[in-house]
Amino acid sequence: MLEVRNLSMRFGGLLAVDQVSLDVNEHEIVSIIGPNGAGKTTVFNCISGFYCPTGGKIRFQGEEVQGKPDFKISRLGMVRTFQHVRLFSKMTVVENLLVAQHRHLNTNLFAGLLKTPSYRQQEQKALDRAAYWLDRVGLLELANREAGNLAYGQQRRLEIARCMVTEPQLLMLDEPAAGLNPAETRDLNHLIVSLKEDYNVSVLLIEHDMSLVMEISDRINVINQGRPLACGTPEEVRQNDDVIKAYLGEA
Amino acid sequence: MAAQNFKHALFCAIVTLVISYPILGLNLVAQGTQVVLEGADTATLISIVLAAVAVFLFQLFRDHIMGSVGKMPNLNPFANREPMEQSKRQRLDTIVLTLLVIGALIWPFLVSRGSVDLATLVLIYVMLALGLNVVVGLAGLLDLGYVAFYAVGAYTFALLYQYFNISFWLALPIGACLAATFGFLLGFPVLRLRGDYLAIVTLGFGEIIRILLNNMTWLTGGPNGIGGIPDPTLFGMEFGRRVKEEGNTLFHEVFNISYSGNHKIIVLYLITLVLALFTALVIRRFTKMPVGRSWEALREDEIAARSLGLNRTSVKLSAFTIGAFFAGFAGTVFASKQGFISPESFVFLESAIILAIVVLGGMGSQIGVILAAVAVIILPELAREFSEYRMLLFGLAMVLMMIWRPQGLMPMRRIHIELKKQE
Amino acid sequence: MQDLLYFLQQLINGLTIGSAYALIAIGYTMVYGIIGMINFAHGEIYMIGAYTALITITGLASLGVAWLPLILIVALICAVLVSSSMGWAVERVAYRPVRGRHRLIPLISAIGMSIFLQNYVHLAQGSRNIGFPALIQGGFQFGDPDSFQTSISYMQITIFITTLICMTALSLFISRSRIGRACRAVSQDLGMANLLGIDTNRIISATFIIGASLAAVAGLLLGMYYGSVDPLFGFIAGLKAFTAAVLGGIGSIPGAMLGGLILGVSESMTSGYLSGEYKDVVSFGLLILILLFKPTGLLGKPEVEKI
Repeated sequence: MLEVRNLSMRFGGLLAVDQVSLDVNEHEIVSIIGPNGAGKTTVFNCISGFYCPTGGKIRFQGEEVQGKPDFKISRLGMVRTFQHVRLFSKMTVVENLLVAQHRHLNTNLFAGLLKTPSYRQQEQKALDRAAYWLDRVGLLELANREAGNLAYGQQRRLEIARCMVTEPQLLMLDEPAAGLNPAETRDLNHLIVSLKEDYNVSVLLIEHDMSLVMEISDRINVINQGRPLACGTPEEVRQNDDVIKAYLGEA
Repeated sequence: MAAQNFKHALFCAIVTLVISYPILGLNLVAQGTQVVLEGADTATLISIVLAAVAVFLFQLFRDHIMGSVGKMPNLNPFANREPMEQSKRQRLDTIVLTLLVIGALIWPFLVSRGSVDLATLVLIYVMLALGLNVVVGLAGLLDLGYVAFYAVGAYTFALLYQYFNISFWLALPIGACLAATFGFLLGFPVLRLRGDYLAIVTLGFGEIIRILLNNMTWLTGGPNGIGGIPDPTLFGMEFGRRVKEEGNTLFHEVFNISYSGNHKIIVLYLITLVLALFTALVIRRFTKMPVGRSWEALREDEIAARSLGLNRTSVKLSAFTIGAFFAGFAGTVFASKQGFISPESFVFLESAIILAIVVLGGMGSQIGVILAAVAVIILPELAREFSEYRMLLFGLAMVLMMIWRPQGLMPMRRIHIELKKQE
Repeated sequence: MQDLLYFLQQLINGLTIGSAYALIAIGYTMVYGIIGMINFAHGEIYMIGAYTALITITGLASLGVAWLPLILIVALICAVLVSSSMGWAVERVAYRPVRGRHRLIPLISAIGMSIFLQNYVHLAQGSRNIGFPALIQGGFQFGDPDSFQTSISYMQITIFITTLICMTALSLFISRSRIGRACRAVSQDLGMANLLGIDTNRIISATFIIGASLAAVAGLLLGMYYGSVDPLFGFIAGLKAFTAAVLGGIGSIPGAMLGGLILGVSESMTSGYLSGEYKDVVSFGLLILILLFKPTGLLGKPEVEKI
């Protein structure tokens, strides 16, 4: 589904990402791990179109997408979350989900002004879809609350629900477990796996929490200082010497 | 501490003297072809000294003064009440608004002509502010050249009437659509600029339009403007003393009442009221539609909005164009009301005033905007004796409002879309 | 040959005006670079500088002082003094209390201040324009006395040289002095500079004072060059200077200088070859064109969003 080849990103004199390659196939959960500052979020930003990579190719469903702007990439079926939760805090939970469905709604001004049947139908469908996903992530009772007033863990789940409501093919999660306690992390595990199983969504995630990564990933990519270090199943990576050295330093 | 305060207070007082004495205290007077310096009159000199003393004392005792201000009871009795539940609040709003509208409909028949005329002007500014609100308050775009679209609306009507004899009601949508087109064309290249750059570019547009209007005399009449713009007619009836257009009837003849100069004024007021209501209702409707949600999302967090597939340029463009549309509306009404327009009415100061009304009203809030328009237009009229100081006080008021109540008179309370419980 | 001389004249005029714009533009760009706000009242500070210079010159003339260098120096000092004080006061009263709030709030405050100052001078000194004596006269001409001659007046040379001195002094100050270093630090990261013990309030005040002083110098120079002052001319000049600052890349001092020169030359070329009426249209058109291709201005640094 997603093919990244020799991705590079240079900021002036700094080469933040150097020849990184990775793959995500259908029905897979792939993780990217690495020490802090390794360039993981930069890779995400390149793939999702927020940065224009200075080198390399990115192919999604066979189509070349490197350099395409962020909103176009999102419309192709790749959505992402952010390291620091980015919600529309003054809007309610359900409104956040409505905004995400903007593309599927009737945006004709006159239809809206006159409240035509087709307009009302689409709005209702959007609300139903929003309700479904809120229920799925356990936020249904909070539907009318301001998003900014949610607890941190709830905000994280809202962000994921917001992504899912766009019916993506690839979900990119940037440190979804950051700041969550072990119970919440376990729930997150279940949620991500069920997204893969029940909704046929592939997941690419960046994470520091090893338990999460080891438990749910089909494959893991390790990046250090912008360069790829290792790639393989959780077992392989766990036993890879280079990886151990990178995380723990030279003995 | 006290010594520091003293030095600081002294410094401030000296600065006050430095900035007031040369400019206020020494007047440049032309005597024949020469320019000489004259000392100002005693009253001015005394006030300069008093000002310096006041500043000195204030700075010296600042901590005490600010402390006691903080301890003053809150003047707003509603400040600490629980916010009302949304559906109740909406019902209350509707009741209040209906009463206001009824009042506004009856009122012109009870007061003087001048007041009604002023009220029409207020309503025009309300329309402008509501339109700019969409751009600045809802979409968060810094537009300092809004007056350009206002001018397009006005001049469109004036020119359409001059060359094609097009009436008010036809010119209204044409002017608004043309203004919207300008908004689209102008917005297209520049909306991807960052906030402050957008500000200067829009300001530039406003100035360009004004300069072009001033200089393209063959089309726009240049600084002399265009006159003879007609009042609106209603069902073929004119409201003047004599018919200006062939085939029209006269209101006072049709209804067999004696002619009064009030007719024209009141009719224009009522038409403007209807248009202003239309503007408010349409914009309010937009905020509940996907387009309004997209404005808000983009304003709240542009990056998140982009990550969900919102095209930033399209969203900004829609706000810009819709805002321009309503400016065109207001421009047409303004042209009709004045009967005559010139580039002088479309200077940057107008954009600044409209912006001030939006910010004063609490960005995004419709009721606040209406209140602010009333305050900004009416208060200077009331303070007629101070007319010399009007603009001075206006500038000062802008600064003070920003310092003391930047959230505006009625900060916006959002209307949420609610998920109904399914049982 | 004639055409070349004509062109040269427009160029000289343009560079002259342009360097004066650059002086004013620096005030905008420094303030923006440091606190991210557009100081709408800066044009009025320039205007006040011009008025003060005129008042001083008139006062000295009536006292019988005739030695030109003395008059100019005293006028300069007084203009700088009053403008800097005004700049300092405006920052304390209208900008400091609203620093850090949503972008529009300081902007409205600045616009309010601009209106206030325009009317302040209007009420104090009347609204008609007042003649400013052209104290520096004469110049050289070259070319054929029978047809077109290019002239460079001493006034223009004075403007060039003064601007050059000010720019050099400013650059040295920013790069060498302690306060200059602190200015650079604050403009990069205000919070961090604070934590490092830099008195950011003082630095910000210093920035306003420097900008205001340069504007005062420009006020004196342009007052003599144009020959008159009126309360509203600060707004127009300020707008142009701000355009110049944005053109060159706001936040960048070399950008302000470059922008000023480009703007000055474009204005004078338009006046010389098209029509004086449209010179502002061309200036803004130029701005929009440049921003289309370089959204952060000619020398502005492209911003990379941190996501």
